[in-house]
Amino acid sequence: MILTDESIKKIKEKMARYPRRKSAVLPALTVAYFQVGHLSEEIYEEISKIIDIPALEIAEASTFYTMFPKKPVGKYLIQVCHNISCALLGADSLISYLEEKLGIKKGETTSDGLFTLISVECLGSCASAPMMQINDKYYEFLTREKVDKILEELRSRA
Amino acid sequence: MEKKLLFKNIDDPEQIRIDVAVSKGAYKAWKKALKEMKPEDVIAEVKNSGVRGRGGAGFPAGVKWGFIPKDSPKPKYLVCNADESEPGTCKDRVLMEQDPHLIVEGMCIAAYAIGSHLAFIYVRGEFVNPYRTMEKAIEEAYEKGYLGKNIFGTGYDLDIVVHTGGGAYICGEETALLNSLEGERGMSRIRPPFPAIEGLYACPTIVNNVETLSCVPHVINNGADWYKSMGTEKSPGTKIFSLSGHVKRPGNYEVELGTPLSYLVNELGGGVPDGRKLKAIIPGGSSTPFLLPDQIDTRLDYESIAEAGSMLGSGGVIVIDDRTCMVWVIERLIHFYKHESCGKCTPCREGTGWLEQMISRIERGEGVEGDIEKIETICDNIFGRTVCPLGDAAVMPIQSSIKLFREEWEYHIKNHTCMVKSEFEFK
Repeated sequence: MILTDESIKKIKEKMARYPRRKSAVLPALTVAYFQVGHLSEEIYEEISKIIDIPALEIAEASTFYTMFPKKPVGKYLIQVCHNISCALLGADSLISYLEEKLGIKKGETTSDGLFTLISVECLGSCASAPMMQINDKYYEFLTREKVDKILEELRSRA
Repeated sequence: MEKKLLFKNIDDPEQIRIDVAVSKGAYKAWKKALKEMKPEDVIAEVKNSGVRGRGGAGFPAGVKWGFIPKDSPKPKYLVCNADESEPGTCKDRVLMEQDPHLIVEGMCIAAYAIGSHLAFIYVRGEFVNPYRTMEKAIEEAYEKGYLGKNIFGTGYDLDIVVHTGGGAYICGEETALLNSLEGERGMSRIRPPFPAIEGLYACPTIVNNVETLSCVPHVINNGADWYKSMGTEKSPGTKIFSLSGHVKRPGNYEVELGTPLSYLVNELGGGVPDGRKLKAIIPGGSSTPFLLPDQIDTRLDYESIAEAGSMLGSGGVIVIDDRTCMVWVIERLIHFYKHESCGKCTPCREGTGWLEQMISRIERGEGVEGDIEKIETICDNIFGRTVCPLGDAAVMPIQSSIKLFREEWEYHIKNHTCMVKSEFEFK
């Protein structure tokens, strides 16, 4: 089993709130994603057993939503917003800076498995640009100094 | 002028706690509506107030509620749309994080008005913190008896469920949101039937934006006439504008509708920094046509912005200075719309892909003569030919950019480079 008892419990609790079981698909995927860091066929199978919806239908829904990585990613998934408000305030240079600091290109994972760097569409943080999301947390009004500190802190925590 | 109605308590970090919120009047309107008003009175008051949908369409909220069939034996649902993803817009997130009880209260009143006993708030998946704040607020509301069974001893039951999405812009469109809420791929539905007739689980459903619902407690507390005393005749009340891009003080500002754009950008936002010049403004989120510097005095209300050739939309005001290449801006946007097209309608699915390829090519300096005309033709063949407004949203900024900045597009194709190079360094 990939999903922990805690995740399974959470999924069951969420499912009970809806008039129809299938509505629990996205909440279940979200629980799984935040536990595991990505989604997979095995996870769809496990969710399928919990909410009694065919795994194929879960995969069908899952593949529509780009928030959930479908392959393993680093412990910290760095998602830099590259949309217009952030781009006007230097999102591209932020991405280059992160590439340089991490020694990887966008879309890659560091060899120690710690960081994956990607760029994403608008995260609804336009008035605090440039910004990035790392796992479930937003980092806003980014400067070189702030980025250095964030990476340092995450490395020391790992 | 700046007028803090929805943002009245936005600076108090304690406002998320129900006791603090209640001490400042939260849930008073809910009690009043439930104990003293009939559902039809609530609808009439909101209709009278003229509150319009703040998610982008601007449709009068009370009129929308009135579309719920009264004789339907099916359950009715209220859905609060918190899938905020229109580039340039970040106001609903602030409301959720700073004053969640205002939203819960608005949802309660709206649910009661349409006869719903189960309501959902669809929060975009990336908004983990807003999601947690809303969950906590709802939990507190249950503990206080503002949600659950027999609320205020009236016999009325109401549950609210916080639902999370998966990072799809299209799910902000109400029919796609409903599919997503049902556990399906978030593809839009053909209307009619409209959600008010056949929405969630094929039952009568109302979908309202976070900000729209946040206006409702104020209308119930103070009355429609009071609400109408703010703003303009056709666009009453206040509106939160998210100000981003090249301004000194970006942020979310609440102003009365009808306030000049110049006040928002220059007074509240501090204007364009470092002595640079204003080049263009996107007034209502990335899907709306550009305004030019000489339109800076346009009033921020639905009618005035439409007259100026754009749309108030979601209130995402993006300021662009003179170092910016407009082809570069459009490349950024078409990449977004291509990525977010759900794939249901051929013109949008294929068209946004073609547009992205051509516009990227021009931006790279590989444009050829005839490209602009071809882009215009593709835009014409997407606009108005799709099930939902994403197709229109994708082409409106392109058409506007070509119309207002054609010389930049021509320069790009002729000289294989930008007229002005957009190289923005973060600090």
